[in-house]
Amino acid sequence: MLGYAGRILHVDLTSGKTWTEPLKEELAKKYIGGIGLGMRLLLDHSKPGVDPFDPENPLVLATGPLSGSMVPTGGNGHAFVSKSPQTFAMGEAKSHGHFGTAMKRAGYDAIIFYGKSEKPVYLWVDDDAIQIMDAKHLWGKSTFETEDAIRNELKDFYVRVASIGPAGEKLVRIACIMNDRSRAAGRCGLGAVMGSKNLKAIAIRGSKDVKPANQERLLELVKIQHERMKGPAARKYRTLGTPENVLVLQKLGAMPTNNFTRATFDAADKISGEYLNERFVAKIIGCSSCAMRCEHVAVVPEGPYKGTTTRIEYEPLWAMGPNCGVGNLDAILKGMDLSNVYGVDAISIGGIVGFAMDLYEHGLVSKEELGGLELNFGNHEAMLEMIKRISLREGFGDVLAEGVKLAAEKIGKDAPNYAVHIKGVEMTGYDIRGLKTAALGYAVSFRGADHNRHGAYGPDVGGKVNRFKAEKGRGKLVRETEDLYAIIDSLIVCKFSRGTYFEGYKDLAALYSAVTGIEMTPEELQIAGERINNLGRLFNIREGLTRKDDSMPWKIMNVPIPDEGVAKGSFVSQEDLDLLLDDYYEVRGWTKDGVPTVEKLNEIGMEDLVYLVKEKTEKPRRKAKEE
Amino acid sequence: MATGSSKAESAKWKMVSCDPDKCTGCTVCEYICSLTKDNAFSAQKSRIRTMRLHPLVNISIACRLCSPAPCVTACPRDALKQSEQTGVIMIDDDKCDGCSWCIEACDYGAITLHPELKKVRICDLCQDEKDGPRCVKWCPEEALDFVTKDILSQKARIAVTKKLFKEAMAAAGITV
Repeated sequence: MLGYAGRILHVDLTSGKTWTEPLKEELAKKYIGGIGLGMRLLLDHSKPGVDPFDPENPLVLATGPLSGSMVPTGGNGHAFVSKSPQTFAMGEAKSHGHFGTAMKRAGYDAIIFYGKSEKPVYLWVDDDAIQIMDAKHLWGKSTFETEDAIRNELKDFYVRVASIGPAGEKLVRIACIMNDRSRAAGRCGLGAVMGSKNLKAIAIRGSKDVKPANQERLLELVKIQHERMKGPAARKYRTLGTPENVLVLQKLGAMPTNNFTRATFDAADKISGEYLNERFVAKIIGCSSCAMRCEHVAVVPEGPYKGTTTRIEYEPLWAMGPNCGVGNLDAILKGMDLSNVYGVDAISIGGIVGFAMDLYEHGLVSKEELGGLELNFGNHEAMLEMIKRISLREGFGDVLAEGVKLAAEKIGKDAPNYAVHIKGVEMTGYDIRGLKTAALGYAVSFRGADHNRHGAYGPDVGGKVNRFKAEKGRGKLVRETEDLYAIIDSLIVCKFSRGTYFEGYKDLAALYSAVTGIEMTPEELQIAGERINNLGRLFNIREGLTRKDDSMPWKIMNVPIPDEGVAKGSFVSQEDLDLLLDDYYEVRGWTKDGVPTVEKLNEIGMEDLVYLVKEKTEKPRRKAKEE
Repeated sequence: MATGSSKAESAKWKMVSCDPDKCTGCTVCEYICSLTKDNAFSAQKSRIRTMRLHPLVNISIACRLCSPAPCVTACPRDALKQSEQTGVIMIDDDKCDGCSWCIEACDYGAITLHPELKKVRICDLCQDEKDGPRCVKWCPEEALDFVTKDILSQKARIAVTKKLFKEAMAAAGITV
């Protein structure tokens, strides 16, 4: 079993004890690595019903089998998995850069953190030497400062660091975990879980060899991927980058604006990928092993935010741009930078500020409550101030730091209607009122509102289906992309590289086998993807989630798109949602309540987890007999 | 001793050079170098190393083929020799005891100590390959080049002339 390090590190932060255990090949083959392996380790090492901030909620960090290898985009990934403080269900977030490479070279497939340290600490992994270090002097520091300080005190520039900022320390529920300065494990608030454990950072130096099982074959495959990555399949990421989406979605009337009040943004030209690249992008860089490079580093050339240097992608650009009515790229880039400094998910922070702006404009939050801030849509100075207050839990920011769902419940009145989230996680930048395949993908995603669990906007945006219509068949489309995405996140190759696997699972299985030496057919890999999606669902069922949680935000179901144009009038009705869910559950082999059946679990080799659903799938049958 | 190589010889030497404007910091050069030299992916075993000082500042560095070479002069055991034909620093593993004086002498950090063998390692320009160093061939951004120092200065001249030309045309209101 090459490729894998073959070891799991356990760290009990309460007692300070650390120990390792071998990674079993069966577990590796079944759950691959990354989110798949991480989720299985979480399920096995946690009790049901535990509060996400309870010391008994473990935090899992996992690399993929390709991490540390030369597989393009595959050499660098890592994933964090824990029970999410936003969804109270499965939380996972991946990141790239160089951190995952170092972790594999240090010799670990996964690290599981238990308990809670009495004082702020960071973990120092120097190959086999594990130390829990004092982090009192780092507490309160930004993610950048923390990374620099740790490298300085460990006296090695190549030490890789993943850390939380002040937001994670203060248990802001959208806190992220940053690494290599500009990369974030962003979604689901896992930075706050880290904060709840008093764990400020993880520093790794890896100097062990990573040896591929079949060197010659691997180089052949890598060469093919390199050529594809230089071609049209990766063009978007090498040129304008994801901000290319701005004008594409604008044209489709699928650009959520002013907290999903509208679906087009009047100032789209001022925040477009074209304009961004012409005026702001100074350099495009790449993660370890990448042959595409996508990371657009933007620099604000003049004005009050002059010199602000930050990575930028479509999603945060949307969240702090159109979603807050802000058409000023200088301010958006500053907001992006602040998100990294404080350590908050740059998508969710824009979602929350947009929500607060909506409440303010509808009189649900007053100027007094906001300490004199006029929080209208488009006021970018107020937006930046709110990003700070939320990240540091200052004033009304303390309420908003709970995320839109919990904050809306606290604020009361009609506030929940303005909270645009699914399962507690803020929406991302696709107006799913007019993208109904995507709507289904978002509804059933096990980590809450997200475009990255399924990519089901693909057929909608690409015009392969009638995007305004809910119909049978969409379940199959969502299922297929979900299974593939689960594998992408478990091998941990980059989502942006998905177009370069011309033969899908066949290409991915070939890379997996060349690196690990474990035989894997494309069919087996697809089933592993299915298994990982069932695993996410099983964890959520264990934590009490039901069909009711596969829901849509109120606005998506009650406010038709008002903008003139192709998308006008579109929304997702209850009938639409029911039809889509029924269709999806059926193709998944789940019950009408969205519970995996015993037969399905047996079929995909999950016999050992049947106990989680046995009661739930048998009940209806008993009832039928009684009748 | 090769420290006194004639001018004519060193002018023909080709080395691996990196264009920092193109380098993305992806470390593909490190991967391919360590894999082909040591059958493993390992940054420490790579003869070329990448440095990202800041997101905007990326570069890969391999041996610069200095002449005379300070590393050769610094070695107290005569373990290093510079090839007159290629400029490559050749290491006599029987003599090298890993003392690392050469590492201190190199201004570019182009020498590393092999973590297991405890012998120093320096770029050998992949002389076992017919068509030049592998890192150059594998660099996805074509940021690496295998060139003589004369061609390097020529490249710089072309770049600066292009820039000046563009500026002049822009000043005249012509886009090119």
